[in-house]
Amino acid sequence: MKPLEPVSTTARVVLGISFFVIFFAAWAAVTFGGLVPKIFLADPVTMLQEGWYLITNHGFLVDIGVTVWRVVGGFILAALVAVPLGLAMGAYKPVEAFFEPFVSFARYLPASAFIPLFILWAGVGEKQKLLVIFVGSVFQIVLMVAVAVGSIRRDLVEAALTLGARDQGIVGRVMVPYAAPQIAEILRLVLGWAWTYVIVAELIGSSSGIGHMIIESQALLATGQMIFGIIVIGVIGLISDFLFKAVNQKMFPWSTI
Amino acid sequence: MSDVVVRGVSRTFPSVRGGEPVQALSPVDLTVGEGDFVAILGPSGCGKSTLLRIVAGLDRPTTGTVTLDGRPVAGPGADRGMVFQSYTLFPWLTVVENIEFGPRERGVAAAERRATAEKLMAQVGLTQFANHYPKQLSGGMQQRTALARALANDPKVLLLDEPFGALDHQTRSLMQELLLSIWETHRKTVLFVTHDIEEAVFMANRVLVMSARPGRFKSEVPIPFAHPRSYKLKTTPEFGRLEEQLTEDIRGETIIAVQAGF
Repeated sequence: MKPLEPVSTTARVVLGISFFVIFFAAWAAVTFGGLVPKIFLADPVTMLQEGWYLITNHGFLVDIGVTVWRVVGGFILAALVAVPLGLAMGAYKPVEAFFEPFVSFARYLPASAFIPLFILWAGVGEKQKLLVIFVGSVFQIVLMVAVAVGSIRRDLVEAALTLGARDQGIVGRVMVPYAAPQIAEILRLVLGWAWTYVIVAELIGSSSGIGHMIIESQALLATGQMIFGIIVIGVIGLISDFLFKAVNQKMFPWSTI
Repeated sequence: MSDVVVRGVSRTFPSVRGGEPVQALSPVDLTVGEGDFVAILGPSGCGKSTLLRIVAGLDRPTTGTVTLDGRPVAGPGADRGMVFQSYTLFPWLTVVENIEFGPRERGVAAAERRATAEKLMAQVGLTQFANHYPKQLSGGMQQRTALARALANDPKVLLLDEPFGALDHQTRSLMQELLLSIWETHRKTVLFVTHDIEEAVFMANRVLVMSARPGRFKSEVPIPFAHPRSYKLKTTPEFGRLEEQLTEDIRGETIIAVQAGF
């Protein structure tokens, strides 16, 4: 191994898979070997069996669908508000001066701490779940988009000015396309965080969703089911990440990100 | 009549963190007539780029005025095309889209601006690369595109801020010939900033030497060679004599600039 030396595609795939193999082997070793009592940690085979049981007997696929819907719904609402506001803040300094201090403050308010309040305001239905994800995502996206747009290369703006571009052209046809790939990256990142918020929201006062299943399984000491739920979240996260990356590469072939 | 008239233009940058304000440019006067090709030669930090940016409208003079055809310059505009030293093609646009950017901003119809772009791409030899993105191009190709992009607006004046400064010597020579042939066809008014003596003598009709900071014009050297000029000109004794004269003129200024810490 030498610093920064590239690795071949085959080696990359093999190395990536081998970690999963080692991980599951270690898990199987401690559970089947009796090092950890079954009551605290189910073995991989039991986990899969209980997962299958959840899907066939308890309609777990519906729970997965509900959770995905909540994340996507809350996240899209947040993006619809945050991206235009972030653009305005990045492009126009007075707008930034007006919003930035509050947004920076609000960003540190933990979305999960709002859950009891949201239950009071919006009940335990879908509205409350969407609200948690919205609050958890919106301020992060605003700030990061504002920074991405504000970091526009000055010489590109100046080139556009000498080519006869006016304010509208500078914002719409220089700043927005310049920041677009970064904005897509920001959305990919924040979507990952939104998954954390939805599970927390479902752990408290919910009657459906992956988080709800996990908390129910805890009451039954069904660690296999709980782990299955957690792994499902991980797999969905991996898939959405992969899709996001593929779409970004397709949409921004010029970008170096 | 596309006269650029600079009258008593100076620029002082305000102090940064309690430091002294920096005067980049002493009051200078300059008149560039229509179709003239003027090179401004000076050591780094002498304020030559500042002067060009003021003519472009990207910077405001502390004193003095700039007029184009008798109208004062109040900001950047499509009548003054500019090529920068840094690569400023829009990375999200292809070569042809970059060239069409200016006409599109001015509301030129799609067919017309495409025709302009195609003509210019042929002139700078980039027709085959029309649909390439800037990241797929070499430095020389990027600057050729930038030149075509500036010309697409059919500006009255072309402002060139060391456009070949980042290129290797061979590419730079070819770019000089290309620019010269374009000037010989379009006869645009050109204001060219450089620190390369050979480049200035080869292309310009007259060379203005700038002093070290704060910049002012120290001398003016007319370049008598007829157009069209060939690269072979560079090896003639007369060319060498002009280079030598300018080297003497600029040497003292460069020493001052180096001692001042630029």
